[in-house]
Amino acid sequence: MLETLANKRAVWSLGSLIVLLIFWHVAAELLQHRHLPTPVAVFETFLREVRSGDLIYHVWVTLIRVVISFIVAMLIGSAIGLVMGRMETVNRFFDSWLIFFLNLPALVIIVLCYVWFGLNDMAAIIAVAINKIPNVAVTVREGARALSRDLTEMAEIYSFGRTKTLRHVILPQMAPFFAAAARTGLSLIWKIVLVVELFGLSAGVGVRINEAYHLFDVPMILAYAIAFIVVVQLIEMFVLQPIEARVNRWRR
Amino acid sequence: MAQVSTALEVEVLSKTFPAVAKRSANRVLENIKLAIEPESFVVLTGPSGCGKSTLLNIIAGLDDDFDGEVRFQSLDARRAYIFQSPRLLPWRTIEENILLPLKDDDPRRAKVPAMLERVGLAEAADAYPERVSLGMQRRASLARGFILEPDILLMDEPFVSLDDPTAQDLRKLLIDLYKRRPTTILFVTHDRSEAVMLGTRILRLDGGSATIVQDEVVQLRSQDRSDPGKVRAERARIFADV
Repeated sequence: MLETLANKRAVWSLGSLIVLLIFWHVAAELLQHRHLPTPVAVFETFLREVRSGDLIYHVWVTLIRVVISFIVAMLIGSAIGLVMGRMETVNRFFDSWLIFFLNLPALVIIVLCYVWFGLNDMAAIIAVAINKIPNVAVTVREGARALSRDLTEMAEIYSFGRTKTLRHVILPQMAPFFAAAARTGLSLIWKIVLVVELFGLSAGVGVRINEAYHLFDVPMILAYAIAFIVVVQLIEMFVLQPIEARVNRWRR
Repeated sequence: MAQVSTALEVEVLSKTFPAVAKRSANRVLENIKLAIEPESFVVLTGPSGCGKSTLLNIIAGLDDDFDGEVRFQSLDARRAYIFQSPRLLPWRTIEENILLPLKDDDPRRAKVPAMLERVGLAEAADAYPERVSLGMQRRASLARGFILEPDILLMDEPFVSLDDPTAQDLRKLLIDLYKRRPTTILFVTHDRSEAVMLGTRILRLDGGSATIVQDEVVQLRSQDRSDPGKVRAERARIFADV
């Protein structure tokens, strides 16, 4: 039953993607403009880049940055969100800080990090993490506020202690909020990583797209963009979704 | 908490809920003095909202904002609380829920399979709570309370919102568990027949600021407790209502 449902969904997404490709192809053929390549041209560029090894190298470099910033942002953002959700005084004090960082433009954070820490990976990762941490904190704070008092009392009566309460009572209630933060986190982070790369680093998808931009090489830009979309989709399918299915297995 | 010779002594001079929003402060309990013998089954009864659960929460130690004192026979008296809703962790199996209050090296862990068997959950040990009936969740909640072998067992209307036969089965199960391992039970209910059927002593709370208005020993032998006629007669004697 579940499997057929999953299959059905796969068929739908595949079908709609094919329709999108057809539209693109028809539009490109009709316009015949050198800045709108056909999907075939993009695919050829993609293959060429794969064969030369460039694409795999740059995607890999970017991916490592995405993963590290993602982990850093999730850990720090979750900790901040948990504390703010549980402690009213802390929340009242830091709420305005959170709003400040939420509204600080990504570009400003990136430029400042490069100015302060130099044009290196460390600065890049800090910049990306600072961009994402407030979002994670806000989502996780909502979860921490909604914790069940009934279960907390139960854990108190049955002397669970701090570790057991965190692991068996609090974190499972937070799981949907972590999942939501992770979902939006991954897509936001990889977009910011590209900007960070474009600004001050010497390798990565962002750098490659910048080079292509100077040459007006649209097939190259699209080939790299699509390569990375595919990678993020694979992470979603083979990492995030299985984790989510596991933590939700108790639901009716 | 000081040591006393009875299982439990409770003194609540007053308990007031502070004013919130448009509601003024509300004194729910007043001048309650109570000594409970070890291994007695005491039923607290009274109209809904009169403060029975509040009193139970005070005794459980969940609410310490009151004027008075709660004293246990020993300072490390083990307390278990069986709540009105089962309060199982939905993301842990039935068996894990019963194991969780026990530390990793607790010898009582070995008794969990036998306990599951006794409460009729051997088959459902690996099921998640939300996938079994409310009656079964309540059984798991009973098992979690009894596996601790508590000195004091607090129960807050643990059998409400069940159909009659299921509630009756659970009452029998409770009596069985209590007989196998007697403990001091404080049981809250507004069901008077249930009170008479289970309790050895009945305390009736009533009043705007509730206090104990009646303290009665139930005069039923244990074999009479499954006899509806005798339960009804005793209920009539105590409550004068049928």
